[in-house]
Amino acid sequence: MFNYGFFSFESKDDLLQRAAEYWNPGKVQFWSDAGTPMVIDRREEYFLHDMSGKRLIDLHLNGGTYNFGHRNPELVATLKSGLDYFDMGNHWFPSVARAAFAEQLIKTAPHMQYAIFGAGGAEAVEIALKTARYVTKRKKIVSIIKGYHGHSGLSVATGDERFSKIFLADRPEEFLNVPFNDPDALEQVLKKGDVAAFIIETIPATYGFPMPDDDYLRECHRICRKYGTLLISDEVQTGLMRTGVMWGWQGYGIQPDIMVCGKGLGGGIYPISACLVTKECGGWLTEDGAAHISTAGGAELGCLVGHKVIEMLHRPEIISNVHFVTDFFAAGMQEMMARHSDIFVGVRQRGVVLGLEFDHPEGAVAVSRALYENGVWAIFSSLDKRVLQFKPGVMLTVDVCQEIMDRFDTAMPRARQLLKTMRTAA
Amino acid sequence: MSADPNAARLVVPDPAIATAHMKISRAHWAVRQFGKANRVTVLKVAEAVARAAHVKAGHYADWAVRETGFGVVEHKKLKNELSTLPLLDYYRDLDLVSARILPDTKMVELAKPAGVIFALTPATNPIATLYYKAMLAILSRNAIVFSPHPAARECSLDAAKTLADAAESAGAPAGLIQCVEDPSVPLVQEIMASDKVAVIMATGGGAMVRAAYSSGNPAMGVGPGNAVAYVDPTAKVDATAKRLVDSKSFDNSVLCTNESVVLTLDANRGNMERALRSAGAHLCNASDTDKLRDYLFTDHGFNVAAVGKSATWIADKAGIRVSPSARILVPVITAPGQDDKLFQEKLCPVLTLASAVDFRQAMTIAAQILKRGGGHSAAFHGEAPDRLLQFADMLPVYRVVVNAPCSQGAAGFATHLPPSFMIGTGFAGRSSVGENVGPQHLVHWTRIAYNSDASVPFENFDLSALDSKQPNQPANLHVASRAPVAPNGLPDSDRDMLRQLILEELRGLTGGQK
Ligand SMILES: Cc1ncc(COP(=O)(O)O)c(C=O)c1O
Repeated sequence: MFNYGFFSFESKDDLLQRAAEYWNPGKVQFWSDAGTPMVIDRREEYFLHDMSGKRLIDLHLNGGTYNFGHRNPELVATLKSGLDYFDMGNHWFPSVARAAFAEQLIKTAPHMQYAIFGAGGAEAVEIALKTARYVTKRKKIVSIIKGYHGHSGLSVATGDERFSKIFLADRPEEFLNVPFNDPDALEQVLKKGDVAAFIIETIPATYGFPMPDDDYLRECHRICRKYGTLLISDEVQTGLMRTGVMWGWQGYGIQPDIMVCGKGLGGGIYPISACLVTKECGGWLTEDGAAHISTAGGAELGCLVGHKVIEMLHRPEIISNVHFVTDFFAAGMQEMMARHSDIFVGVRQRGVVLGLEFDHPEGAVAVSRALYENGVWAIFSSLDKRVLQFKPGVMLTVDVCQEIMDRFDTAMPRARQLLKTMRTAA
Repeated sequence: MSADPNAARLVVPDPAIATAHMKISRAHWAVRQFGKANRVTVLKVAEAVARAAHVKAGHYADWAVRETGFGVVEHKKLKNELSTLPLLDYYRDLDLVSARILPDTKMVELAKPAGVIFALTPATNPIATLYYKAMLAILSRNAIVFSPHPAARECSLDAAKTLADAAESAGAPAGLIQCVEDPSVPLVQEIMASDKVAVIMATGGGAMVRAAYSSGNPAMGVGPGNAVAYVDPTAKVDATAKRLVDSKSFDNSVLCTNESVVLTLDANRGNMERALRSAGAHLCNASDTDKLRDYLFTDHGFNVAAVGKSATWIADKAGIRVSPSARILVPVITAPGQDDKLFQEKLCPVLTLASAVDFRQAMTIAAQILKRGGGHSAAFHGEAPDRLLQFADMLPVYRVVVNAPCSQGAAGFATHLPPSFMIGTGFAGRSSVGENVGPQHLVHWTRIAYNSDASVPFENFDLSALDSKQPNQPANLHVASRAPVAPNGLPDSDRDMLRQLILEELRGLTGGQK
């Protein structure tokens, strides 16, 4: 019996059945077929506890949402404190929490002028794309093939057609794709001078974190400038110290015109996202400040939590820890690759953002399952299933890191076995 | 309605404790690397830290006195200096790093550093203690996180940073030496109890030391001292008096090794009074002694305002007229035996003089006095080995300093005792260590022990095999090119074992379903 006070379930199976019945049969089926039928019960630090009692170390972190781990005590205390004074607030009016948070965010990216808040990443992307259209008076948006920016109207249209066609939300005439790491291709589409914005994740997450070539982002920015196109950095997964600096673009020598962040900004306990724009891009905020409105966007409680998140990320201890974790997995994964070179063929890494490549088109699905069986939860990349997303948190301790590596090593023979079955089945 | 319109409207969670936990985590990363450092690296880091500390010994002495109001700058400078290069020299040849092969006993010993040390430092000796503990940590390949006494917070933070920077420049990992920014009682209690702390080195008030021992973690705490100096009739009184005055005026007597009481025989008292007076002491008459007692001991115990203040400052507050050149104050107890408060510990330049009818009574009085401050130090002046042996045998102390100033002598600076700012008070002082604490107390050894039967051979060991186990050294980033890859990618035996353990654990968790 799982009695949660407000509701209860007989068993995990009871939950799965009711979830399929009332919530989302497709997802329930998918994870069961994948061999990773997780239903998270308790959670703390970087640990998840499945309803079966199984403990998993979380290396998915929902893309960085749990950067500080689950229910980080300081963040929880902040939110609780906020609840004694604030609620979501009134989105029409100026607010102390929003103003303070906006100012603090801008200080992390001083070439920006305004922070416009949303409740989720896609909403912030929406704001970014609308802003670009407002500034340039152009409609076209360019993104990379296998880029991912969310599932709302404009954001989903930038992405893979798997997610747009089903809802008839693809708009090929306005939304163009170019290959990643190919500045010439970008120049070809921008040439006509009718593109409002080029939106790109600093390191494309759902594509499996392929690393941008040395000069790629700088080159993109140069080309954008040349044709009057705005550069939008999607920092939803690369922001918040995950690449070793506050924002991923800071490590690539560019200053985007617009940037988007979300996920970990709310500390995993209160949803909030933000779109930061330069003064030149923020004209609409003067012309018609209510042109974009969102009841849940920039809720005051979220602003309070976000404010704490940014403050925590500035602590020398956290920054130092990110570097230790980074170095640990850099060395550790090299060793793992050497030991399991028959299946584990490549590592992509910047900071605590890692993509692990396996030698099979669905290799990461098998590895994800093998890891799950061995107490580690890491998800494959939806748009390149060769690659496992491997996303350690910024506060991981040396002991847990070592445990992750040990479990990883233990999981490899099982992964090898699963891959063999997949190969024979194919 | 809040009285203060500017008071915070929201309760802000105190970040200090969370940050302190992060420091401990960071120390674990550091020790993961430094705990495997070789001897050359250890000595290089120790040397760099000792030098940086030595250069700034005066700077921090000045700062500490300014910040805390305790002690004398030049004496603090000396103590700070002693905790740097001389300390390193003392321990330079003590190898706590390399494995030892003992063919005679068929054993091999491997050094295992404690890990992360949580160290408390007192307001009275903030920098010397911090220097000393940091040096011990480095020599034993441990990481250390300090929690200074709040009254010495600023100078301690700065000093810890100086040492950390020096260590890092010499190749130590970041986070080896750290200091909590906002020390508080709840913070110290929580961190002391953390299972991430390997050992606590507590120097401070008795309550703090007891708390360290109750934390559930291994701890080295040292209790308060209340040193008794016995002056035998065989002693050279003038030399003895000079040593006593030098010792007692040193750093205004904030060391726990300072003499608290000087005891002699009735027949010798006049002599001692005269000699002390000519060595620069102010001898109190009965009314001075009463005034001093009233000033130093309030209803709540020792008057902390007097800690580490000069003799003239205290005389002024107590309403005693003394010469401006008076270096120490000597209240005289003519009828010992009762519980005179002046027999208690006094961290200020006040030295109680008392006398006994004979040696036997002197020992009884000394033992009585040492009921407070057990396990600590005592001093013997004179040339009477028999009586010295009896004295040392009977008293509950673990060091008896002979014909030397006790402050420095017990701390290893005028004797051959190990130089130390942690004077182990042992079982008599409710502590686990009875000697002067050194780096050897922060390392344990794994002993490989062969069957003693002669038919079982001892083997040859290639200790260089240990070096390749160093984790995450920068060179190790290229492990891929070094590590032999089994042709079929199958792992070696210790990995198998590990896997076995994890599988077992998983089976346990899933109730045998896996
Ligand atoms: C890079 C990137 N951008 C945008 C989004 C959309 O964020 P949300 O799911 O909060 O709408 C995601 C979500 O995974 C993302 O990874």
